[in-house]
Amino acid sequence: MPAELELTTSYYLVLSALMFAIGAAGLLIRRNPLVMFMCVELMLNAVNISFVAFGADLNDVGGQLAVFFVLVVAAVEVVVGLAIVVAINRRRRDATADDVALLRG
Amino acid sequence: MAEFMTFFVAAVVIVTGGLGVIAARNPVHSALFLIQTLIGVAVLFVIQEAHFLAAVQVVVYAGAIVILFLFVIMLLGVDKAEDLGVEPIAGQKPLAAVIGAALAAGGIITVVAAVDGATGSVSAPGIGEDALDNGYTDIERIGRVLFTDYLLAFQITAALLTIAVVGAVVLTRTVKADDLLDDLEPASMDLAPLAPAGANDEDHHEPVDEPARGEVV
Repeated sequence: MPAELELTTSYYLVLSALMFAIGAAGLLIRRNPLVMFMCVELMLNAVNISFVAFGADLNDVGGQLAVFFVLVVAAVEVVVGLAIVVAINRRRRDATADDVALLRG
Repeated sequence: MAEFMTFFVAAVVIVTGGLGVIAARNPVHSALFLIQTLIGVAVLFVIQEAHFLAAVQVVVYAGAIVILFLFVIMLLGVDKAEDLGVEPIAGQKPLAAVIGAALAAGGIITVVAAVDGATGSVSAPGIGEDALDNGYTDIERIGRVLFTDYLLAFQITAALLTIAVVGAVVLTRTVKADDLLDDLEPASMDLAPLAPAGANDEDHHEPVDEPARGEVV
């Protein structure tokens, strides 16, 4: 173990890649639409880590602004997605993503 | 060194939280693991001097979005354990695990192989190249750039939020006003089938008596 460990951008990027892969695998594995939305949030946060790391590396505040906009879009996505989940659950209980593969009730 | 240890602890918190999200059988537990991950990401933001984003991460993500998840979970009553053994599509989980591992390996290999670090140029030079150490706090820097260079994007964001609010209301609305006048029935959460029996069968060419209404508009 080296005496001084320097925290470089690569550490953040590796963590970001790992977290993005976890989210993607969860999105493919889980069938509950709510948990699938949480996995999308994981992937968005992984990208946010990359944005901030690059912004700090390049001495650029644009990375933090990208995270700001991603946050807004994530909130919007959750609102609309959960509204769709509520609407589907009114029609049929315990619907999974497989049950609503056809775009008709 | 202390910075590295903080990063290491936050990374462990993030990864265990992420694995918990996809492994927990109960959606409520998944939401709680998601909060763990989001707090870890906020710690990473603090290490990188992005204090505003760290605060927003905790307030908006953990405080609003995850609570919205929990609201919907409780509202729908789906907070019971899911049987993860059920596999409608054969081989879905092993395949998904392989894809996830390949994605992680690809990303990590790319980062490790690219020894030159980040490329590209600074996109927001309005504050100057010494943006991180010229006395401005990060909130001041974000505010200055947000309301100058990114003004159009900011306004589009406002429109997007308005559209989302209207869309959520429209999606979850159940009974129209004229239907209420027709039926004189209170709005019910579980509506009766809106079309007469057989209207959704194959031969739905002949018109039914009452005009077709959208199911959940």
